[in-house]
Amino acid sequence: MDTDDDFMSNVSSEDDMHPDDSDNDISGDEDFGFDDEPDVYIDSPKEIGHKKKAAYDISFRVFQPSDIQKQQDELIDEVNMILDISKAEAAILLRYFRWNKERLIEDYMDRPGQVLDAAGLAQSTAGPPKMKVVSDFVCDICCEDEPGLESFALKCGHRYCVDCYRHYLSQKIQGEGEAARIQCPSEGCTIIIDARSLDLLVTPELTERYHELLHRTYVEDKEALKWCPAPDCQNAVECGVKKKDLDKVVPTVSCLCTHRFCFGCILNDHQPAPCELVKKWLKKCADDSETANWISANTKECPKCNSTIEKNGGCNHMTCRKCKHEFCWMCMGLWSEHGTSWYNCNRFEEKSGLDARDAQAKSRVSLERYLHYYNRYANHEQSARLDKDIYHKTEKKMVQLQKESGMSWIEVQYLNSASQALQTCRQTLMWTYAFAFYLARNNLTEIFEDNQKDLEMAVEALSEMFEKPISELADSKLKVEIMDKTSYCNKRRVILLDDTAQNLAEGMVMRTILCFWR
Amino acid sequence: MTVPFAAKRLGKELQKISNSLPPGVELVSAENFEEWLLDIKVLDDNPLYQNQTYRLKFRFGPSYPIEPPEVVFVQLPDRPIPMHPHVYSNGIICLDLLGQQGWSPVQNVESVCMSLQSMLTGNSKNERPPGDEDFVRVNRQRPKDIQFYYHDNDV
Repeated sequence: MDTDDDFMSNVSSEDDMHPDDSDNDISGDEDFGFDDEPDVYIDSPKEIGHKKKAAYDISFRVFQPSDIQKQQDELIDEVNMILDISKAEAAILLRYFRWNKERLIEDYMDRPGQVLDAAGLAQSTAGPPKMKVVSDFVCDICCEDEPGLESFALKCGHRYCVDCYRHYLSQKIQGEGEAARIQCPSEGCTIIIDARSLDLLVTPELTERYHELLHRTYVEDKEALKWCPAPDCQNAVECGVKKKDLDKVVPTVSCLCTHRFCFGCILNDHQPAPCELVKKWLKKCADDSETANWISANTKECPKCNSTIEKNGGCNHMTCRKCKHEFCWMCMGLWSEHGTSWYNCNRFEEKSGLDARDAQAKSRVSLERYLHYYNRYANHEQSARLDKDIYHKTEKKMVQLQKESGMSWIEVQYLNSASQALQTCRQTLMWTYAFAFYLARNNLTEIFEDNQKDLEMAVEALSEMFEKPISELADSKLKVEIMDKTSYCNKRRVILLDDTAQNLAEGMVMRTILCFWR
Repeated sequence: MTVPFAAKRLGKELQKISNSLPPGVELVSAENFEEWLLDIKVLDDNPLYQNQTYRLKFRFGPSYPIEPPEVVFVQLPDRPIPMHPHVYSNGIICLDLLGQQGWSPVQNVESVCMSLQSMLTGNSKNERPPGDEDFVRVNRQRPKDIQFYYHDNDV
C-alpha cells in the first residue's frame, strides 16, 4: 500500500518541530482542513522521533473521479495489450472478473473460450456493431413488422427493433441502475451488451448516467476502494485495511472534501471504538435508551422478585402481581410492618425498608451504568451536531474580531483552529463513552479513563474560553491561552487515540471487550 | 410515437390471442390496455388441481413489455387460489420470471400463462409458501414492490 497520505503527517510533524511558531496550527488548517493533529512523539520522551506515524494512523489514498477513470483506462490498456483483445472486450472481461487483472489473465490464458462465453462475449468477430434494416423482420418485443424498420442484434443474433432496444436499455440503466452487466433482452440469453454497442444505442442523456454507473462498478467491485459518503462528494478512498482486521484497527480516513469517516463501516469517524462495538452500541441505543430512561424515571423493582413495577395511581400499598409480595411504594419496606400508620408512610428508618432499598439500588446499577455512558455519549453527540453552527459563528466572530481589534485575517485564524479542535475532540470523546461502556475493569481501563478525563477537561476549558465575547477575545493574553489550549486538546486526543489503538492492535483491550456487559 | 409503447404491443398480442390460445388458457376480458383477465386450467392429471379453473389478473404498466406485468391469481366463488409453495393465499405469485431480474421483454401474456400452467403441473406439494399467514396479514405492497427471494428452482 502506498503512503501518499504521509504528506499530512509530515506537515503536522514539521509544525511541531517549531513549537514556538505561533502559526503552527494555522498553516496546517489552511491546506488540509482540520486534520493537523500535532504529532505527540516529539514531546513524548519514550519515542522521540523514531516512529513517524501514530498507532491509529492508517495509510489511505483519496482518488478523484479523473483518477478513477485513469486507473480503469490503464487496466484496460494493459489487458488489451497482453491478451490482444479489443479495449471494449478487455473492459467487459475486467468487469466480469471484478477488476482482478491477474485472475483474468491467468484464466484467459488457460481457457479463452470459456472465459469469453462466461463474460458474455461470444467468439465471433463480426466487426463493429451497427443497426441494420433486415427484410421480413418482426420485432419480438413490440411485434412491429413494417418494412424499413431499423433493428439491432448482438453477436447472439437475437434481433430487436432499435426503438425497443432503447426502451429496454433506459429501463435497465435508469430504472434498475444496471450498467456493466446488462444482458441481451432475449429470454435466457446471457450475452452482455458491450460498451460500443451501448454507445451506439443509448441516447445522450443516458450515456452520462451509463458511464457514471460503469464508473461506480469499478469502485464497488474493489474491496480496497470505497466512495466518500459525504453528500455530493465524488471521490473514492483506497485503504488496505481488511475486513477481518476491523477488531484491531479503526481505519479512519479523511477525504479531500474534509469529511472524516471510518473505512470499515462508512460511518462518521468513530475512533477509538472499533466498528463491531459501534454497531452494537448504536443498536443498543436505538433499542434501549428511551425505554431505559423511562424505566429509570417511572418504575421501581419489587423488593422480592425484582419485577419492574410501574405505579399508575392509587395508594402506596403495593402487591406484586407476580410474587404477591406486599410492600410500601414509598419506603420499599414490608407492608405488614407499617402497623397502624397505613397509607401514611413515616417508617423510613425501618430495617426491612433499608435492605429493600439497598437491593433495589443494586438491581439498578446496570441500568444506571448504561445511562451514565449513554447520557455522556448523547451529550457529545448533540454538541457534534451543533458543529456546523459553531463553525459559522466562528467565521462571523473572526470577521468581527478583525474589525474591532485591527488584527489581520491570519492573526484571527487561531479561532478557526480552536473550533476545529473542539469538533474533532468532541467526536472522539463521544465514542470514548460508548467504548468505555463495553470495557471490563482493569488497569488498562483506568489509564483509558484518565486519558478520557484529561481530554474532556481540556475540551470543556477550551469550549468556555472559545465562547467569550469579542471584547475579551481581543485580549492578546486570552489569544495565547486559547492557542495553548487548542494544541493541548489536540495532543490529549492523539495520546488517547494512540494509546487505545496500540492496545487494540495488541489485542489487549479487545480481550476485555469480549466479556461484554449486556 | 402516437400510440403508447405498451398499447401498441398489447394490441398485437390481443389480436393474436383472440384468434388462438393454447389449450387450457382462455381470455375472459381485455377491455383496455391496463388490465386483462384470463382463466387457466391444469391439463394433466395432477391430483392437486383436478377439475379446477383459476382466474389470473394481468396489469400492464406504460412500459410493458420492457417491464414485467403484474400477475396475480384472483379468488371468486368458482375460482379458488391454487395450492402451491410459490402462491400466497391472497393470490400473489412468487415467480422469478415475473420479477425484473427474470423477466424478458420477449415474454408475453400467452407465455406467462403457459409458464404458470407448467408451474402448477410440476408441483406435488399441497402447501403454501413459508410464512404465508404473516405475509398475507401484513402485506400491503404491490407485487412488483415486494423483494422476493427466489431460493429454489425445483418447484
